[in-house]
Amino acid sequence: MTWIHVYLLAMGALVTAGLSVVSITVGLGIGILVCAASLAKAAPLRWVARVYVSFFRGVPLLVLLLLIYHLLPQIGIDVPGVVAALVGLTLCTSAYQAETLRGGFVNIAPGLVEAGRMVGLSGAQLLVRIRAPIALRLTLPALVNEAIMILKASSLVSVVGVGDITRTAQNLSSSTYRPIEMFACAGVFYLVLNFVVARGGNGLGRLLGLPRA
Amino acid sequence: MSGEIAITMRNLGKRYGAHEVLRGIDLDVRHGEVTCLIGPSGSGKSTLLRCVAFLEEHDSGIIRIGGAALGFDEGADGARVRLPVGEIARVRRNIGMVFQQFNLWPHMTALGNVAEGLRQVLRLPKREARERAMAHLGRVGLAEKADAYPSQLSGGQQQRVAIARALAMDPKIMLFDEPTSSLDPELTGEVLTVMRDLAAEGMTMLVVTHEIGFAAHVAQHVVFLDQARIALEGRAGEVFRKPWHPRLSQFLETYLDRGASVLLGG
Repeated sequence: MTWIHVYLLAMGALVTAGLSVVSITVGLGIGILVCAASLAKAAPLRWVARVYVSFFRGVPLLVLLLLIYHLLPQIGIDVPGVVAALVGLTLCTSAYQAETLRGGFVNIAPGLVEAGRMVGLSGAQLLVRIRAPIALRLTLPALVNEAIMILKASSLVSVVGVGDITRTAQNLSSSTYRPIEMFACAGVFYLVLNFVVARGGNGLGRLLGLPRA
Repeated sequence: MSGEIAITMRNLGKRYGAHEVLRGIDLDVRHGEVTCLIGPSGSGKSTLLRCVAFLEEHDSGIIRIGGAALGFDEGADGARVRLPVGEIARVRRNIGMVFQQFNLWPHMTALGNVAEGLRQVLRLPKREARERAMAHLGRVGLAEKADAYPSQLSGGQQQRVAIARALAMDPKIMLFDEPTSSLDPELTGEVLTVMRDLAAEGMTMLVVTHEIGFAAHVAQHVVFLDQARIALEGRAGEVFRKPWHPRLSQFLETYLDRGASVLLGG
């Protein structure tokens, strides 16, 4: 194993990190919208949210990725593997995050909202200043878990030809016949990335007044 | 202002399905007085207080805060009309509320909790909101805990911060919903002291409490609720010295072995 291998795996790590960051953040945005729909007064919105969550949570990510990769060209959209990977990861994590956030909102103690109402906060202020931060606070550990799961699950994108850590390690082990070193090194890169995610989660937690984890 | 009517309730009613929680409540709360609502569990006293805060909507009758109808009013034809949200908020601005569970926002420091309404509702500049919030924390003896999060405070301290948060909005009337019921006896005292000081300053207070001693010593007006109705009300001295009402005697007896007999002079 030489530095060139480590360098190539590091490039793969950048791809993995990029895929994860984009899908987790865009997935959070979509997740917030789906969560809002699932808590809406209008029943049709709740149905849409329920179907969305059941579908993208129910189909295995690997199947979803292959489906998108093969389906899009069929309907005339020719996309590179990396776009199919991003779409698949984002749809998958958005369903999980929507459901996690919904759990957070449902579990806010009603008295905390009543206290806001008595101080005179408007509905919008209650949402932005009280309900959303408390829901985030309640669900932060689960959301960090989800981010780590997606980062690791992104190894599946190798099936659509994206050169992430796992794909790079596979290529290198078949060209060098040294799979153990390559995959061990790949594992270390995943560990480092997840360490960064966990630290980020802790930092966010402290901003929300959570005790040091 | 003392002696004038701060809150009026006329024929107030509230039900949950078939269960009647409040029935035909007529009550006046005077400015500058402490009015204590006592009674057994399920008698409707907390619901009554929550109706005055409009956290529960009454089904019949009328509530007036300083003369203005709260939530519902009678139209020209005598029909019941719901008032617009802005009007409800305007009337509610006269009221501060303290809850049994404190309900401090866990993601904000003590100072943040007290300053929130000053910043968001009164739109005070950051510095002024901070100064006023600090002054109110000082008033409840917690200036040095300004940067602590609720989870770092004892129950008694949390409740004092909650009182400061309500007072910061400069309400004319303070509602207390069993403010010491989730505190152990040692911490109850510090909250009652703050409330006693507030009463001495002439704040109008409507207090749901199981602290019969506080009701006997601090309240001018005591209301005994039983089975969704006002069973007995009057000046504190009269109500406690002559508990001629059978349900009240029975209710007070449960407190006798807790030392209340001394307080009641009985």
